[in-house]
Amino acid sequence: MSVARLPTGGQVGRDRTLRFSFDGKSYEGLQGDTLASALLANGVHLVGRSFKYHRPRGIMTAGPEEPSALVTVRRDAARSTPNLRATQVELYDGLCAVSQNRWPSLRFDLGRLTELFSPLLPAGFYYKTFMWPRTAWHQLYEPLIRRMAGLGEAPLLPDPDRYAQQHAHCEVLVVGAGPAGLAAALAASRSGARVILCDERPRFGGSLLCDDRSRIDGLAATEWVTAAIAELAQNPRVRLLPRTTAFGYFPHNHLGLSERITDHLAEPPAGLARERLWQVRAQQVVLATGSIEQPLVFPGNDRPGVMLAGAALRYLKEQAVMPGRRVVIVTICDSAYRVAFEMQAAGARVAAIIDLRPDPSPAQPDGWQQRLRQAGIAVETAARVLRTRGRGHVSAVEIGRLDAAGLPTGQRSIDCDLLLVAGGFVPSVHLFSQSRGKLRYDEALQTYLPGDSAESERSAGACRGLLSGLAAALQDGAAAGAAAANASGCAGEEPRFEIIEDSTAATAGRLPRAEAAVSGPKAFVDFQHDVMLKDLDLAMREGFRSIEHIKRYTTTGMATDQGKTSNVNALHHAARGLGKPVPSVGLTTFRMPYTPITFASFAGQARGEIFDPVRRTPMHGWAVRQGAVFEDVGMWKRARFFPRSGEDMHAAVARECRAVREGCGVFDASTLGKIVVAGPGATAFMDRFYVNDWSKLAVGRCKYGVLLRDDGFVYDDGVVARLAEDRFHVTTTTGGAARVLAMMEDYRQTEWTDLDVWLTSTTEQWAVIAVQGPRARELLAPLVDGLDISAAALPHMAVVHGTLRGMPMMLFRVSFTGELGFEVNVPSDQGAAALDAICEAGKALGLTPYGTETMHVLRAEKGFIIIGQDTDGTVTPDDVGLTWAIGKAKPDFVGKRALARPAMHAPDRKQLVGLLTRDPRVVLEEGAQVVDVPGQAPPMKLIGHVTSSYASATLGRSIALAVVAGGRARIGQTLHVPMPGGEIPVEVCAPVFYDPKGARLNV
Amino acid sequence: MLLIRCPHCGERPEPEFAYGGEAHIARPADPAAVSDDDWAAYLYLRTNAKGVHAERWRHTRGCGRFFNALRDTTTDRFIATYKSGEKRPEGLR
Amino acid sequence: MSRQRFSGFSLLWNSLGKHQGWREQWRRAEPQAEYDAIIVGGGGHGLGTAYYLAAEHGLTRIAVLEKGWIGGGNTGRNTTIIRSNYLFDESARLYDHSVKMWEHLSQVLNYNVMFSPRGVMMLAHTVHDVQVAQRHIHANRCNGVDNEWLTPEDAKAFCPPLNIDPGLRYPVLGAALQRRGGTARHDAVAWGYARAADALGVDIIENCEVTGIRRDAGGAVEALETTRGVIRSRKVGVVAAGNTSVVLGMADVRVPLESFPLQALVSEPIKPVFPCVVMSNGIHAYISQSDKGELVIGAGTDAYTSYTQRGALHVNMHTLEAICELFPMFRRMRMLRNWGGIVDVTPDRSPIIGKTPVPGLFVNCGWGTGGFKATPGSAHVFAWTMAKDEPHPINAPFTLDRFREGHLIDEAAAAAVAH
Repeated sequence: MSVARLPTGGQVGRDRTLRFSFDGKSYEGLQGDTLASALLANGVHLVGRSFKYHRPRGIMTAGPEEPSALVTVRRDAARSTPNLRATQVELYDGLCAVSQNRWPSLRFDLGRLTELFSPLLPAGFYYKTFMWPRTAWHQLYEPLIRRMAGLGEAPLLPDPDRYAQQHAHCEVLVVGAGPAGLAAALAASRSGARVILCDERPRFGGSLLCDDRSRIDGLAATEWVTAAIAELAQNPRVRLLPRTTAFGYFPHNHLGLSERITDHLAEPPAGLARERLWQVRAQQVVLATGSIEQPLVFPGNDRPGVMLAGAALRYLKEQAVMPGRRVVIVTICDSAYRVAFEMQAAGARVAAIIDLRPDPSPAQPDGWQQRLRQAGIAVETAARVLRTRGRGHVSAVEIGRLDAAGLPTGQRSIDCDLLLVAGGFVPSVHLFSQSRGKLRYDEALQTYLPGDSAESERSAGACRGLLSGLAAALQDGAAAGAAAANASGCAGEEPRFEIIEDSTAATAGRLPRAEAAVSGPKAFVDFQHDVMLKDLDLAMREGFRSIEHIKRYTTTGMATDQGKTSNVNALHHAARGLGKPVPSVGLTTFRMPYTPITFASFAGQARGEIFDPVRRTPMHGWAVRQGAVFEDVGMWKRARFFPRSGEDMHAAVARECRAVREGCGVFDASTLGKIVVAGPGATAFMDRFYVNDWSKLAVGRCKYGVLLRDDGFVYDDGVVARLAEDRFHVTTTTGGAARVLAMMEDYRQTEWTDLDVWLTSTTEQWAVIAVQGPRARELLAPLVDGLDISAAALPHMAVVHGTLRGMPMMLFRVSFTGELGFEVNVPSDQGAAALDAICEAGKALGLTPYGTETMHVLRAEKGFIIIGQDTDGTVTPDDVGLTWAIGKAKPDFVGKRALARPAMHAPDRKQLVGLLTRDPRVVLEEGAQVVDVPGQAPPMKLIGHVTSSYASATLGRSIALAVVAGGRARIGQTLHVPMPGGEIPVEVCAPVFYDPKGARLNV
Repeated sequence: MLLIRCPHCGERPEPEFAYGGEAHIARPADPAAVSDDDWAAYLYLRTNAKGVHAERWRHTRGCGRFFNALRDTTTDRFIATYKSGEKRPEGLR
Repeated sequence: MSRQRFSGFSLLWNSLGKHQGWREQWRRAEPQAEYDAIIVGGGGHGLGTAYYLAAEHGLTRIAVLEKGWIGGGNTGRNTTIIRSNYLFDESARLYDHSVKMWEHLSQVLNYNVMFSPRGVMMLAHTVHDVQVAQRHIHANRCNGVDNEWLTPEDAKAFCPPLNIDPGLRYPVLGAALQRRGGTARHDAVAWGYARAADALGVDIIENCEVTGIRRDAGGAVEALETTRGVIRSRKVGVVAAGNTSVVLGMADVRVPLESFPLQALVSEPIKPVFPCVVMSNGIHAYISQSDKGELVIGAGTDAYTSYTQRGALHVNMHTLEAICELFPMFRRMRMLRNWGGIVDVTPDRSPIIGKTPVPGLFVNCGWGTGGFKATPGSAHVFAWTMAKDEPHPINAPFTLDRFREGHLIDEAAAAAVAH
């Protein structure tokens, strides 16, 4: 048996021992241990090092508030988790834990040397120094400081574990399964409400788990817990979530819960998620989050062997671990007396209770004095711990009283190996505060309590200040549960409990907290960040008066426990130092999460392939078989080019371009957005929405449409076909489909309610196969089931309905290449078949698949712009030569008024032009800048930039599009593109490089 | 994640909706008749209320309809939602 | 009001006196009846403005009014990224003015603001991102702003945790790196300016909220009504970030601003593992590691206007999805603390720095999600504007009038760049 494990008692499984290691050394523990209790059972008290001075740190608490006992738990190289609290890590067979922030070892840590310099390192020292020479901060001092910073180490391998997420709804969410929470859940569930009950600990019961003296409804407390859980578990409308931390309270009763599923298992089953993130929307919330015992501040209060009294009680009662044999207890409230009685009863020697109160006994129950005498426990009243002694572990405390001048008198030393500290319990109002409920300061309890609620929420039990007595907590929980159920529409009754309380379980009566602190060397407020009283004093001396400033300057409360054991003491000390009442010093904000939550649980399943949904066209498989290289455009995968063996992108694109210009090519254009605008008001809608005049567009004809925002800048474009008098088929850019439809709906629903028009997205309804090139008609004619697609019957910019090998088809005679072109639209599910038919027929004609890169080159040769590449949201129609598209006679369209603003007509606006490099082999870089005066040094006067640039196989030279200030007037001029390797002279030309008259289109 | 009551569909979580900016800013009926200043005001000037804010939402992943809401921007509490085209409810805080 | 000099020597000297000799870094000033200039808003921009008004323009009676505690707004809530690789010439000049000032700020203020030019790397995930990044790089180079292109392998070498697996849903196709970019210690900026301004006689008045703006018969500013009484001044600069609309509304001045929640978060501290700043506008995340060891991560804005200084859970979730995808070794890291600020956003995502239609009333606002990096430069040119009653050439393009005229400086539209 381990050195500190009692032979009987506790709630641990004794039939099997669990082996675990800490810093490579093997130990044994029991089922039901935490890593902390198992270490204590083995007599291991030194478990970590503090952040700044690397002081030895032991186990101070038994819960999530632990500031000191932080470890890394390693399952394997990738499954290594830093900064876990040993007090929350459940022991399993084979657990491997290592200490942190020490080198070379925990016992011998060279980082400890920093404390030698501690006189030079008061709060905020780094703001005052390291400024000379100027660059030394970044190059010398900062790297040194960074090396000292941080606690654990991140694993260097990707985490292979899975993380799940789930949404849930309920009438009543109860947070915390201590007495108040259990009672609330019982009350609410008996009303028929759907109830979710969660607790961060593996077992429900809270403080009842270490109460083996009270009786509820005739049962021992722990038996009552078992019965309550059984009742809740058999109710199908109740969901019980142990090991689940409610970490965040968001608007409208939306709470985030983090459930730990496998971290306590020796061998997690494959496929089981490690954690599950719950998002709960509750009609009513009951917060039963309990309270956290606070430490006291005195010199040497950080030494291993100094522990919160309530934590020691938990280790004793829950895990049958006696963390010390000779115990001194220092307290400002009655809760310590119960701990003393229990420790003494379990075989420890309680050497003394140091009660800071001058006269604690009046408030105490009858019989305590007698029990203390019987047990031989000396009580020193109005006394203080002046310092602790010990090498690595506490071995003695020096106590005494303070005289009127604050000087110690009557000092004496008491030997001990465990110093328990009872600084009073402080309600956990974290979630209440996160919900934006108003906190109010309670003078009697010297703490903040929940005041007015902001959400449909109520607090119950200790977290609203009911710190004394089981009966009060249970009955308060029951009342809150019933009230919550009633408020959610379920008729709830408040259960009554028969309670016989442990008469020693009182926590009332306390000294003013600020007076309890004893200053002096090594009197710590924040145990992880090594913030001492004198640091707080320094901050105040330097004029930091807001508690937020004091916190930020000293970093108190900013460690991984987020001040759960330091904020209260810091606040009271600041109030005292500033001579203000506590409420007027301010309160640091409680922020989510309550305790740290794993990144990956927020990410959940969104990783790899399903990080973001992938949109694939109906012909995606075909493109894959053709060896396409894809690019991401929005969520779409688009074939960029189709390399044949040995080809790079340039070779493939050159070949694809030639094929389209000389024969025919096939292109998957399905990603273009498609919207049907239909109804009696369709023409008027189109007239108001696009710049173009649609009234004269004949049925069966198409037009290039340009869309502006109401600020006058080009937003989208696309070919629009008139399918009927009252029906337009609008195409948009691939990336713009959703936002164009949203913008249309906005105007339709909120501005132009006079128009009778419907908008329908048909992007996914149609597969679109572009067949382009001089032989396109020859290819398609035999496939379209007798449809006449001659130039006369189907001229450029026309559309016709028909069939393609029996498949329903809309056939557009359109071209984004400058060649004779068609776009075959067939229902999506027939896209692959239609493409197969086209490819089969195209074999004889050398039909060549081409991708977006070739499409870009071909359209650039023709000077067709791409929205988002040649435009950027600051471009007017005139800037890119689209004035011709504007319906001049129209009184209004979206963006028309803004075009009349002065800046939209400035002579130096950037206009789309072509650029030809003097050396035809030089291909400009896209994004390269343009200057008119060569030889400038930065900052240069920039007059434009290259928007598109390619090697044109058709023209046998490079071409580029650019926007250049006053560009159209500069045609024929030589400008310069300054590059790191020198300036490239370019000649400005019109932005159409190929077939400017469009002869190849109209065939 | 706000809980928003669509006047057509009932309460739904925020990801079903798209925010549409301040409500009751009508596009001038005759844009050609307004000054540059007034056009800039229509385009850009917003109340940015600290307190009760009338705003548009669209139930994009539901009925698809725009509607208006009164929300307190200091608490994110919704005071009312009402259909597009209806007048802003009076006297609510 | 001589200032106590900060140095390694003074630290050593004071340690001998157990640090009892340090004086307050700025006085707790009581509001005077009248000032030559009043700054409304005690963040970095406001405190800096007061400092430069005193240091460079010779004004002696200056007050900074702060409704809470100085540096408590976006100055103390941001992810401290500093860079100047903006696209448009106007922006590049403004932000690079600032970066150049950052490089000397600790020495100028005698306060270590811990400016750490560790490099800001902006990832490109699509062909379009690459084009946008290249355009930035070329424009920056010609404007004298450093910015260079890195291949995925170069990017990985610069930031080893980066996942450059080509099989990623949005693979890293490369990155634009500004080596002079980096981070600084946000609180120190507020405190350093406050201390330096205080030493020049500036009154820093905390817990003083402006409740009204009084104007004379001619419409010009003459006094401010505050929770601590009426304070007269004929020169008032409003630097109130998310609350700018509210303050200017007191003078019936409307500005094209909307205030949105913006969230950020930190992890628990870990040993140094992340050497630079990485931003991905494509999948919405930015991250660096603080000197304390925390991973500092920024999220996007929530969709709706709000003054609550908090946002929704799903916004953080989206950000952490991106972080876990780009840096899978951080999946087991844990969020320690999450918080929100109120960012004031203009229609073109560029700030407004200059005069208002009300004589004597000036405004510096609209910094959106990226104001921290501009703090010194913004304060410097705004002080000039207030002192001379005309804009400095650098902020001349950033007028309120540009929205009427259409001279927008639309960084967002031009590049889809989150600042």
